[in-house]
Amino acid sequence: MVQLTLPKNSTISEGKTWNRPDREGDWKEFRIYRWNPDDERNPRVDTYHIDRKQCGPMVLDALIKIKNEIDPTLTFRRSCREGICGSCAMNIDGTNTLACLKGIEDVKGPVKVYPLPHMEVVKDLVPDLTNFYAQHRSIEPWLKTDTPTPPKEWKQSRDDREKLDGLYECILCACCSSSCPSYWWNSDRYLGPAILLQAYRWVIDSRDEATGERLDNLEDPFRLYRCHTIMNCAKACPKGLSPAKAIAELKKLMVERRV
Amino acid sequence: MAVTSGRGVRPKRPLSPHLQIYSPLINMVMSIVHRMTGAALYFGSLLLAWWLIAAATGPDAYNYFLSWCDTWLGKLVLLGYTWVLMHHMMGGIRHFIWDSGHGYDLEMVDLLSWGSLAASLALTAIVWIAVAMGAV
Repeated sequence: MVQLTLPKNSTISEGKTWNRPDREGDWKEFRIYRWNPDDERNPRVDTYHIDRKQCGPMVLDALIKIKNEIDPTLTFRRSCREGICGSCAMNIDGTNTLACLKGIEDVKGPVKVYPLPHMEVVKDLVPDLTNFYAQHRSIEPWLKTDTPTPPKEWKQSRDDREKLDGLYECILCACCSSSCPSYWWNSDRYLGPAILLQAYRWVIDSRDEATGERLDNLEDPFRLYRCHTIMNCAKACPKGLSPAKAIAELKKLMVERRV
Repeated sequence: MAVTSGRGVRPKRPLSPHLQIYSPLINMVMSIVHRMTGAALYFGSLLLAWWLIAAATGPDAYNYFLSWCDTWLGKLVLLGYTWVLMHHMMGGIRHFIWDSGHGYDLEMVDLLSWGSLAASLALTAIVWIAVAMGAV
């Protein structure tokens, strides 16, 4: 359901400033969303100052520096720090991306950091991805076959394998889904760009034998067709993929199998 | 597993901000404007219906319609209707291209979004200049 404003318990107020530039340096201001489940207060935006000469180049470097040296209570997910695990997905400078791939110098003015948009917040920059993962489960993201399993591997031609390029690279970071206004308003019924890209990845896999069944499951006014080609997903993807294009191909397959 | 605050009550998790903080990317703005112009066209159709009914009713009703169009407010509404119609048409063409599976490069997404805005403004200007010069 479309609700343009934030619920009462989610409105954001000004928080505290943790430190100020105390010497010469290349200082950058970080304005970071905070919410603590333990203090029964609304979310706040806290301010930190980081000397870029003493910090790595990426926003994740700054977050880790803040946690290590200024405020150990700052909570966020991170793991690989090189754009392959998808843990540090968040909203930086107004768009969703991975903190480990976003250069601090690419942000003009203060670096604003929020959790992925329109998600329930577990703490600070950590969103609850339960629904996202359940939706992924619902498209059955594994090889489905009727023919007996071959003695070695399921073979695929080079051309068929190439069809998976631009799809298999998805790391399920949820940057695209949580950038999509349609997903904001209908995440209970609309699968969202990431899961639809995954669905398409299995639909066009030459080894998969459940194509018709997969398309049947997507034939729904909400699950697939809430996509209105807003294109935020393609702009948000930190891996340079286009969920929008994958969804368009799914819609084309839906039409093609009817004519 | 129940998540509890220090007082043993599970706090209601807040919803992270969305529209409030997301950059107004041109593709997103054009998408919502497409919707708004689509809704506005319903009212434009009422205007069109008034015009046709007035024409079918007789000279008095028709002249009344024309005199309304000639007012300052009437002209403003007609100008707005022209732009809304052109913009929704350009948006429709943009979506037609995307639905055919083309134009998904990010540069092309921006070009189509800005292009439909520019084209709608240009077409509106052309229509009104043509009217002002007495061509129609």
